[in-house]
Amino acid sequence: MKNFVIIGNGVAAVGCIEGIRSIDKESKITVISEEKHFVYGRPLISYFLENKTDLERMKYRDSDFYEKMGCEVLYGRRAEKIDTDSKRVILDNGTEVPYTSFCVAAGSSPFIPPFEGLDSVKKKFTFQTLDDALELEKAINADSKVLIVGAGLIGLKCAEGIYGRVESITVCDLADRILSSIFDADSSEMMKKHIESKGIKFILGDTVSRFEKNKAIMKSGKEVKFDILVIAVGVRPNTALVKEIGGEVNRGIIVNDRMETSLPDIYSAGDCTEGNDITAGEKKVLALLPNAYMQGHAAGVNMAGGDEVFDKAIPMNSIGFFGLHAMTAGVSDGEVYEEKTDTSLKRLFTKDDRLVGFILIGITERAGIYTSLIREKTPLSTLNFDLLKKIATTASFAPEIRRKKFGGVV
Amino acid sequence: MKRIYVNENWCLGCHLCEYYCAFANSGMSDMAKALKDKPIYPRIHIEGDERISYAVSCRHCTDPICVKSCIAGAIKQTDGVVQIDREKCVGCLTCVLVCPYGALSPDENGVMQKCELCLKNSFGEPACVKGCPNKAIVYEERGETE
Repeated sequence: MKNFVIIGNGVAAVGCIEGIRSIDKESKITVISEEKHFVYGRPLISYFLENKTDLERMKYRDSDFYEKMGCEVLYGRRAEKIDTDSKRVILDNGTEVPYTSFCVAAGSSPFIPPFEGLDSVKKKFTFQTLDDALELEKAINADSKVLIVGAGLIGLKCAEGIYGRVESITVCDLADRILSSIFDADSSEMMKKHIESKGIKFILGDTVSRFEKNKAIMKSGKEVKFDILVIAVGVRPNTALVKEIGGEVNRGIIVNDRMETSLPDIYSAGDCTEGNDITAGEKKVLALLPNAYMQGHAAGVNMAGGDEVFDKAIPMNSIGFFGLHAMTAGVSDGEVYEEKTDTSLKRLFTKDDRLVGFILIGITERAGIYTSLIREKTPLSTLNFDLLKKIATTASFAPEIRRKKFGGVV
Repeated sequence: MKRIYVNENWCLGCHLCEYYCAFANSGMSDMAKALKDKPIYPRIHIEGDERISYAVSCRHCTDPICVKSCIAGAIKQTDGVVQIDREKCVGCLTCVLVCPYGALSPDENGVMQKCELCLKNSFGEPACVKGCPNKAIVYEERGETE
């Protein structure tokens, strides 16, 4: 009998639980969940505000999940520190949870810059957790003028979530374009125009210099009045627990492909980690839900004595705003194949006989075929790239490979 | 488990499987009423080039990446069959981003759908297989690779 402890209760934790149980059906699993909610898909909080889902449907697993998996979940508890000598996780209420091994799946926290006058703002929010979304929902009404600081994925998903439920939405960002982490200049512009056409206003290349109650004074001198403020400038991986006990930490907790940290018996998975990005060829924080699950699963299997690596992590995003879908993956590097219209864009990046990245807007059918070629590092000389670049189709694969994929168990 | 396989040498590219699929999942009992003069959203589709054609539907992978990637936890594998809870789906298309076979697509309302082997509809077994005029699509056991 071992004692497995998981710090965090998000998707990486579920991956970890399912990974452990694929090997070890008996040992104890304790989940420390700061949030008092059953595990939910974090990106769903904007869809929740849009009424595309609800608290029941948001549950990431069936209601009897923890019971079936034989987990004890400590809701509303926070892991304060780790005592590696006695092998115990010490919680905020003083409880000590013994461990054989544990996994830090603690996610990330919103970063709030030290804006001058921020204290004078009464209604301010972040947009990271279900509780954040519930509080924001309580605060907004049809007359609300909302200012969102940060035109990244979180800020813009928040905007979409509350769209139609408030009077106006203004989004500002220091960068001169929206979604700068995934888009280049013209793809960003295409999405910006689409979002603007719905009535959302952007102030770009400008930042808040100070707040005065319901007013933001921008660096440019421009003044923006608001009654609800959402700060979505970015997130920081929660690394403190591992850092304090001497584990290797950069922006995130450094992990190898087995999700081991630099410390014995301590694993980490999900948004708090920095693991290998195979497209960049270096360690990166890839705070993406699919990666969180797969990292968590590998961590769990290895904690339970099995052997699993997750060595196919790539940056990838599927994100839609107001009906216009975009997908991006890998890096924007190398030779470019491009198809562009006023409302759609396909840009494929190839390098050294490999597809290394793409940006797709409006034409996303079967994009997973492209993604899999990046993930598997498939040599493009083995397939018909002239066909593939125009249409994402397995018809471009060599016949014997295609027959294997469709004629057998994969 | 039994899966759907297609013999690309026999597939005529006639698209009838797409119509049988749309009909089987329409919940209606009359094929003409279900499909006539309407755009169809089948869960199987014909791909190919000028020389070859074949029908593509979910492979029900032994280690399905769509299940691990779904942000809503809406895709599950039960007894080998990959199924989607369309009530939970929010239409984010992450499954489209990751499926190596291009086997998932949205319906007319943007809710994702995929082949579930007709196990949940009134056909009870794959309608595309029954409807294929050249017996190019089969439903059979071909052994697991593991």
